[in-house]
Amino acid sequence: MRPLAALLQREIALAWGGGGGPLFACAFFLGVVMLLPLGAGADPAKLRAVAAGATFAGLALASILSLERIFERDYEDGALDLLALGAPPLEAVAAVKALAQWIATGAPLAVLSPVVAIMLGADIALAPLVFTTALLAGLAFAFTGGIGAAVTLGARRGGVLTAMVVLPLFTPPVIFGAGAVTALSQGLDWRTGLLFLAAYTLATAALAPFAMAAAIRNALS
Amino acid sequence: MLTLASLDLIRGGRRLFAPVSLTLAPGEAVVIAGPNGAGKTSLLRAVAGLLIPASGEIAFAGFDDPDRARAEALHLHGWNDGLKAARTAQAELAFWARWSGATDDHLTAAVDAFDLHPLLHAEVRRLSAGQRRRLALARLLLPPRPLWLLDEPLAPLDAAMRTRFGEVMARHLQGGGSVLAAAHDPLPVPHRTVTLQLAEEPA
Repeated sequence: MRPLAALLQREIALAWGGGGGPLFACAFFLGVVMLLPLGAGADPAKLRAVAAGATFAGLALASILSLERIFERDYEDGALDLLALGAPPLEAVAAVKALAQWIATGAPLAVLSPVVAIMLGADIALAPLVFTTALLAGLAFAFTGGIGAAVTLGARRGGVLTAMVVLPLFTPPVIFGAGAVTALSQGLDWRTGLLFLAAYTLATAALAPFAMAAAIRNALS
Repeated sequence: MLTLASLDLIRGGRRLFAPVSLTLAPGEAVVIAGPNGAGKTSLLRAVAGLLIPASGEIAFAGFDDPDRARAEALHLHGWNDGLKAARTAQAELAFWARWSGATDDHLTAAVDAFDLHPLLHAEVRRLSAGQRRRLALARLLLPPRPLWLLDEPLAPLDAAMRTRFGEVMARHLQGGGSVLAAAHDPLPVPHRTVTLQLAEEPA
């Protein structure tokens, strides 16, 4: 476990080092959501109705920003060769990198999510559920996003390609997360959405490491 | 230590070189020579398991599972050093030491061997090409492992550092280690040269 713990520390240090990448994701999140009242008009009733949906759409877009970083830099500078050669299996390396992406970028975005939802007019009582669902969705974004980042390794304009690959995989968390929050705001059953979100997140965390490792092996050879 | 039997590599639909067979004994250094594009780097990457050969065998003495041998018994030093420009030399060395299970004693020995003390607190981006190479080479001792795969290890090193690296390599060989190096310049230790012949027939 020692090598993987070292890798997790390094990944988080790299994410925050050299300009605080996750802060850009947070700023982007705010910026995207700010566009909504500018485009759709600042009618509070209208905004409140779409607050959960807009929050999750913005969260998904902001989560795409730093995906390229997960594997691309290590691939370009040769570090991925050494990580692939190491004692831990490549699946574990990929899982740790996705986990670090969640801790470094997903967690700050999840903290910001209730703030964004409330800014759009959501009730303060929704904040705990918004945070929980955003945190779970962020884990799914990190693992499915890792697949997109690994599949497009070495491709020209890989960043744009990654976004295209991962957007379909990002839709279930948006649907279930926003659905749960909207249901709670209307006094309906919100547990179903939360459970579906948790199930999707667990499934991606279990399956994505194998897909990422296969894609990395292909890129290195 | 290492045996290659009729190793054949095909990259991008092109056969790189006529099938290679060689045996690397403990204490022996072999230089793989050949013109640019002859497949020297690809050969090293195949030994490291990063490329799958089209045919032929790669066997490590004492290991039934080549992947275990790769994880425990060899160090790959590529031309691409994998060092992060924004981190300090110390942070990078400490990470790779922990990654490959080296102890603090190994770390101290590696820093001494390549005279890295004055560089430890500098960011990697501030290092010259030669200093950076020394930092990358220090990983060969983190921890000591019997087989070194070196891709152009000497290129940016100055004369004094080449001598010094020669001494480190000589100690490695005396201790029963082996070196397989792709290089245009002769290594500063006694070695045998295997020249890759360009493939005659297409893949």
